[in-house]
Amino acid sequence: MPYCPVRVTVPSGRGGRGLQRQCRSGRWPPIIPGVQTRTVVIGAAETDRLGVITDVSPVQLHAEAVRNAIDDAGITRDNIDGVACVGEGPAGLADYLGITPTWLDGTFVGGCSFLVHLHHATAAIATGTAKVIVISHAVSRGGPASSPGALDLANLQQQFEQVYGVGPPATKFPLGVLRYMKAYGLTHEQLASVAVAQRRWSSQVPRAMMRELITVDDVLASPMICYPMHRLECCLSTNGGGAVIVTSEEHARTLPLRKPLVHVLGAAESSESPLASQMADLTSARAYRTAGRIAFGQAGITHADVDHLMAYDAFAHLPIYTLEDLGFVGRGEAGAFIAEGHTSPGGTLPMNTNGGGLSYTHTGLYGMFLMQESIRQVRGEAAAQVPDVRISVAHGVGSMFTSAATIVFGSAEAAAARP
Amino acid sequence: MSDAQRRPKPAPVVTPETEPFWDAAQREELCIQRCDACGRHYFYPRPFCPHCFSDDVSWVRVSGRATLHSYVINHRPVPGWEDDGPYAIALVELEEGPRMATSIVGIPNTPEDLVLDMPLRVCFEEQGGMKIPKFEPESI
Repeated sequence: MPYCPVRVTVPSGRGGRGLQRQCRSGRWPPIIPGVQTRTVVIGAAETDRLGVITDVSPVQLHAEAVRNAIDDAGITRDNIDGVACVGEGPAGLADYLGITPTWLDGTFVGGCSFLVHLHHATAAIATGTAKVIVISHAVSRGGPASSPGALDLANLQQQFEQVYGVGPPATKFPLGVLRYMKAYGLTHEQLASVAVAQRRWSSQVPRAMMRELITVDDVLASPMICYPMHRLECCLSTNGGGAVIVTSEEHARTLPLRKPLVHVLGAAESSESPLASQMADLTSARAYRTAGRIAFGQAGITHADVDHLMAYDAFAHLPIYTLEDLGFVGRGEAGAFIAEGHTSPGGTLPMNTNGGGLSYTHTGLYGMFLMQESIRQVRGEAAAQVPDVRISVAHGVGSMFTSAATIVFGSAEAAAARP
Repeated sequence: MSDAQRRPKPAPVVTPETEPFWDAAQREELCIQRCDACGRHYFYPRPFCPHCFSDDVSWVRVSGRATLHSYVINHRPVPGWEDDGPYAIALVELEEGPRMATSIVGIPNTPEDLVLDMPLRVCFEEQGGMKIPKFEPESI
């Protein structure tokens, strides 16, 4: 392993992990005075099926996700007074479900919208604006979906990107990869190893769409989609959904819950330019750094405290940016970190343990599945369960590197240990 | 798909704040904005400086010299690009600082030929009845 100034090998304090991770500065800002994050997840479930779903309408699939989450929680529909979703719109979904909401959130900022909803939900719950909030996501091919809204700065994206042949995400999201490669020496093989590592996880996950183990050579031999990204470095395109139900810790104690509470220890969001050319640095996402720093600070955790990480992976380079911009490794180190197996089964930082958007599922808005897997890991009910997960970080992105959100989930033990 | 059904490459749909940029392009000039308060050039067009928020901004013609900052080569052409083969979508960094997305012309769009930081200069090509800025190697 190359010399790394920010990773020091120390005896593991917990769970047999051999590395202690630190952010580059070695410290995070203190917890924001006066802010108590008291939100807990009481229900979380995915739709019955993932894959190609043509026999269920989009809103019908939303309802399936919500009802599954209600069952998972052990509550009733009538407990819910807050609704967040995109696509169908929160008012539409509330009506379909027969909920009379006092809080709605239809914020659409791409694939991390649901993490953003959860961030907003923490404020609503802290102030009592809503008591029990459901956040839902579903995509099906059983009829046209309501529009989630136009691109941010759509006019400017048309004039200054689309006239040059920018189209689907693969033509834009990886625009910084070659610059990253030149700056830090990332190799095509290291980039391919992201897909290889995640397939090691998905091979243990029955619901994952892609479960066969693959090699770096397999990835590099797969068809070129948009150089330097091969097909196996691009996410799947599937249908499915999920829902998460949150409330305050105090209210949760009054409900007949079926599952252990999963605490929201930190939640944050940010954004950068919707135009690729306007990112301040093509090798690092400002929105990642901003959201990550705030969420870690709220949670009062260091990187050594993180047992499990979900890093949005519409494309193979995104987990590399996540590891660096959230400070798990230093700049330019993430490719080697992944290639050496540190995020694979048995590694020091289990990442994307459902197989990720590359191998599990990707509905175009993958953020819901980040949260589902983080929650399962903290509860101890994941298909590829990591031992003793007390803290799991879910980090999502939306519309290229335009928006980002970070959630720190923790077990009851982790919540009790908060400073 | 027959040629008649094919969509052409799109022309830019001009908005009020971008009109000077596209007017200049029709004259084969690359013009962007510079802040008269803080002295910095910026792109994309806005009626105020994104750096210092001053309204004291001017349209200026820039040199047209740039370097290749990063790119992708799309193997799955979007409508209008079907006959081009794999084509590069590039980000170039203007000599004056700002970056913009563009096409690279006058050179094969391959990883071997497109070398990061290579010097480029602006040129203009017609697309959908309008001239749009593209970049070519400075050495040709």
